[in-house]
Amino acid sequence: MPAANSNSPLPGAAPAVGVKVEGLAKRFGTFEVLRGVSFTVQPGEIFVLMGPSGSGKSVLLKHLVGLERPSAGRTLVASHDGADPATRERVRMALVFQAGALFNSLSVYDNLALYPREHRLGDEAAIRDRVMRALQILSLENAVHKLPAELSGGMRKRVAIARALVMEPQLLLYDEPTSELDPVMSATITEIIATLRQRYQVTSIVVSHDRDLALSIADRVGILMGGQLVFLGPPADLRQPTDPRVADFLNPRIDLEHPRFKHLET
Amino acid sequence: MTARLLAWLPNPILQVLHGTGSALFLLVRSLRHLPSLPRQFGRFIEQCHLIGYTTMPIVGILSFFIGSVLALQSGHAGENVGYKQFIGALVGLTMARELGPVMAAVLLAGRVGSAIAAELASMKVYQEVDALETMNIPPERMLVLPRLAAVLTMMPVLTIMADLVGWFGGAIVAQYTHFISIEPASYFANLRQYMDFSDVLNGLIKAEIFGFTVVLVCCHIGLNTRGGPREIGASVTRAVVTSLILILVLDFFVTKALM
Ligand SMILES: Nc1ncnc2c1ncn2[C@@H]1O[C@H](COP(=O)(O)OP(=O)(O)O)[C@@H](O)[C@H]1O
Ligand SMILES: [Mg+2]
Repeated sequence: MPAANSNSPLPGAAPAVGVKVEGLAKRFGTFEVLRGVSFTVQPGEIFVLMGPSGSGKSVLLKHLVGLERPSAGRTLVASHDGADPATRERVRMALVFQAGALFNSLSVYDNLALYPREHRLGDEAAIRDRVMRALQILSLENAVHKLPAELSGGMRKRVAIARALVMEPQLLLYDEPTSELDPVMSATITEIIATLRQRYQVTSIVVSHDRDLALSIADRVGILMGGQLVFLGPPADLRQPTDPRVADFLNPRIDLEHPRFKHLET
Repeated sequence: MTARLLAWLPNPILQVLHGTGSALFLLVRSLRHLPSLPRQFGRFIEQCHLIGYTTMPIVGILSFFIGSVLALQSGHAGENVGYKQFIGALVGLTMARELGPVMAAVLLAGRVGSAIAAELASMKVYQEVDALETMNIPPERMLVLPRLAAVLTMMPVLTIMADLVGWFGGAIVAQYTHFISIEPASYFANLRQYMDFSDVLNGLIKAEIFGFTVVLVCCHIGLNTRGGPREIGASVTRAVVTSLILILVLDFFVTKALM
């Protein structure tokens, strides 16, 4: 696995980190969302987490960055407990939220500049360099002065990724980066994720139900269903899935004679 | 033991206790970042502008009419009893010790508190607060501390303005109402004779306490919003109602404590 990245144009980039999820369980009241999920992600790997809507993928990501506390089990980021707030100080992690979570009152530039400013990572000129470099990587130079409300869906996602990139993260988490986008924009985002990993060796966990994304850039794939992983392996194994649930999730057959929602009702 | 005792308390009381504790905890977490205030000078000024400058016109208009109606009512009631020469003192003391700070705080709750609750609730609902946390930027440092500092700075300004405008409103009514007709000179002479700076100071202390409480409560309610966009409106309502109740309850106890 690649260690310190010498060709990184971003200064001070630290080596990528590994992630370990051990028997993670999460209940909201009596509602069990995660029921003992375990997997590891190697430093520099792209791990794609798939699963139907509501299966707990976002909840799992939030555990990694300490926004949720596990009911049982734990998450380790570079061997630090993910639920410990101090972990955020030791490891730079960035989460690209599904809806972007951009600061609506700040321009695109200020959205990106907030992190280096608050952490006092250099003077305004240095921060400007850093922000413009991130915007360039995502071809967003023209959006610098726009407010989030003025951006299209695809741009919002890219700004969210750029804002994560400014943090020079060692672990980059994406929550459904290609959902709600047209096929071309989905492909673009997929390429961006792969490029970022290639350039900066950042460990990437991508939550998605985009099959093309998983098959083209994942090193390994996990599929979450009913609060448990029903598949964990290289994407090649997804082409001939043995588990019928996985097969149905990846290639749902549209059957108008026996529609699925009729079965759900009973 | 205490936990079991607490469980017996009726739910509303428990909620009040829980809310108070958690708001105080927010205060402590915000004060921990006090040393960061100088570098947040820009945010502090921005909040001073929002809290002070934009609230001034409405504070002015309202205190003018409050002062006027005070003069009118006391003039009317005093006509037969023969104390209308004391209108200056009456309006002066009531504005400075009671209505100036209370009106300023009530308008702060309605105009600024609601805006704070709405902004922070929307940041919470749209995960901007979560984003701050993942960026290792404490939300209370950036969102709460500058507002608390700004309200402490601006409340005295708003209150003194309310006092002055109220006094002048009273003076105008006292002069031009036919059954009162007291010259401004004797109105203000009477006002000065029966009050001194300690009365104004008393009102300023109250205003600081009310203003600080309103901003803290509105920040707290905003940041604790859970659920979807609908909850933003619910949070705003809760923030304003809680602020108004707290102002009036605190008013009694602070007044008593300062006597
Ligand atoms: N804070 C919460 N409180 C209660 N239920 C929650 C909370 N967050 C998520 N859930 C529930 O957990 C389930 C999984 O949510 P989520 O992880 O967002 O699904 P997805 O896999 O589509 O990202 C959903 O049924 C959701 O309603
Ligand atoms: Mg989700």
